[in-house]
Amino acid sequence: MTYATCLACRECGREFPLEPLHVCDFCFGPLEVAYDHDGIQSKITRERIESGPRSIWRYIDLLPVDEDFIVDLNVGWTPLLKADRLAERLGMRELWIKNDTCNPSWSFKDRVVAVASSRARQLGFQTLACASTGNLANSVSAHAARAGMEAIVFIPHDLEAGKVLGSAVYNPTIVSVNGSYDDVNRLCSELADNRHWAFVNINVRPYYAEGSRTLAYEVAEQLGWRAPRQVVAPMASGSLFTKIHKGFQEFQEYGLIEESPVRMIGAQAEGCSPITTAWRNETTNIRPVKPNTIAKSLAIGNPADGYYALKTMKRTDGGSTAVTDPEVVEGIQMLAECEGVFAETAGGVTIAGLRQAIETGQIDPDETTVAFITGGGLKTADAVVEHVTQPIPVEGTLQSFEDAFAEAPQAVGVGG
Amino acid sequence: MATRRVRFTFEGDAVKEPVIYLVGHEFEVVTNIRMADVEHDFGWVVLELDGDHDEIDRALAWVEAKGVRIDPVAGDVVES
Repeated sequence: MTYATCLACRECGREFPLEPLHVCDFCFGPLEVAYDHDGIQSKITRERIESGPRSIWRYIDLLPVDEDFIVDLNVGWTPLLKADRLAERLGMRELWIKNDTCNPSWSFKDRVVAVASSRARQLGFQTLACASTGNLANSVSAHAARAGMEAIVFIPHDLEAGKVLGSAVYNPTIVSVNGSYDDVNRLCSELADNRHWAFVNINVRPYYAEGSRTLAYEVAEQLGWRAPRQVVAPMASGSLFTKIHKGFQEFQEYGLIEESPVRMIGAQAEGCSPITTAWRNETTNIRPVKPNTIAKSLAIGNPADGYYALKTMKRTDGGSTAVTDPEVVEGIQMLAECEGVFAETAGGVTIAGLRQAIETGQIDPDETTVAFITGGGLKTADAVVEHVTQPIPVEGTLQSFEDAFAEAPQAVGVGG
Repeated sequence: MATRRVRFTFEGDAVKEPVIYLVGHEFEVVTNIRMADVEHDFGWVVLELDGDHDEIDRALAWVEAKGVRIDPVAGDVVES
């Protein structure tokens, strides 16, 4: 049985039942799941977790879902790679890559949707819904298929066909909204109030957001039950960023890892960096922006959790970065060339942000650092297609090969 | 009757205009402010609007034409 007890307002603290609610009726602050900490404390141990499944559900004691309702696509327990070659290139001593490209629909969204869809099932919903331009829709469609639920996905009318495919294959209902990005926002916010659908990041958002904590749990466990000293994570709404920190804090509170501070560094693309801009201006007032970046998965101009992300940075002596689109591409290439991990543009933001954080002194290169790679590169192949190695054309003869190979700039000396 | 929860973001000269007062004056809409933070050249207000659905739409279109950004209280819900 879940140890979730209620939803609590992050602003005024008022409590609400565990229902599909996301905003406090009194002050309109965001709601967050609250837990019976004593109950969790009495039950949770390293051994109990280690004996669980190799997925996010090994942490079910810490999630707002009862076991009978789990929608299981085997999400999570993704690799934590020691990135020695990339560390050397960046002048770091110990760098780890949390590779969440290995999830079932190739992004970290599977973590949040797994929890949201499971809780939605527990709440009696038959339909999962979302507004999305990519990763979220892919994951909602996949989880609905797995659960035997209906899926309704709202997309802007001008979304590229390739991005629709990753959802369409699971046969959801896809609604193409003839309007701007803001129009889709408004329509879905209204529908979430009027329809008995579980909009994963609207009316069941408090449960959805909880899934991100599993990233921190896994990292701590995979590091041998310890927290890293520093973290670099991409920021869109800011929710992932704050929940990663919360995850490390919880493990410390439950005595699963030793108490040690984790410095949280956020990464955004310059073309959509409202949180970093506020950080640099030393204000918690976030000014919404119109996104203009190749890092589409981070293109949230009005981030719902930006204020809380800023508070997390301040509390952890952290920081925030913003990188240009060419730097994003460089980041993707560096990660791929050094570590064999092909990330989407958000991963490029993370790696370029890591480099910027080192250059600006926000990160100590001698401390243990984890960088979170949140989505697979094939999702945003267009961003790098012009920048990658081109084939060497040859005829089917040895001479043709020898001539071309000798002149190719990237040719390597192959023994024998 | 309908209820809409929205966030107004004001920048520049829009901060100085009594936009919320005028919404209640010019339209059959009741405004109820729940949270706000306003600085000299920037501010946001989270409020509830009560009224006929179409009248709220008209009021919001008028507010937007004044240069005020309008968002759902939950922020952007369209994610990648």
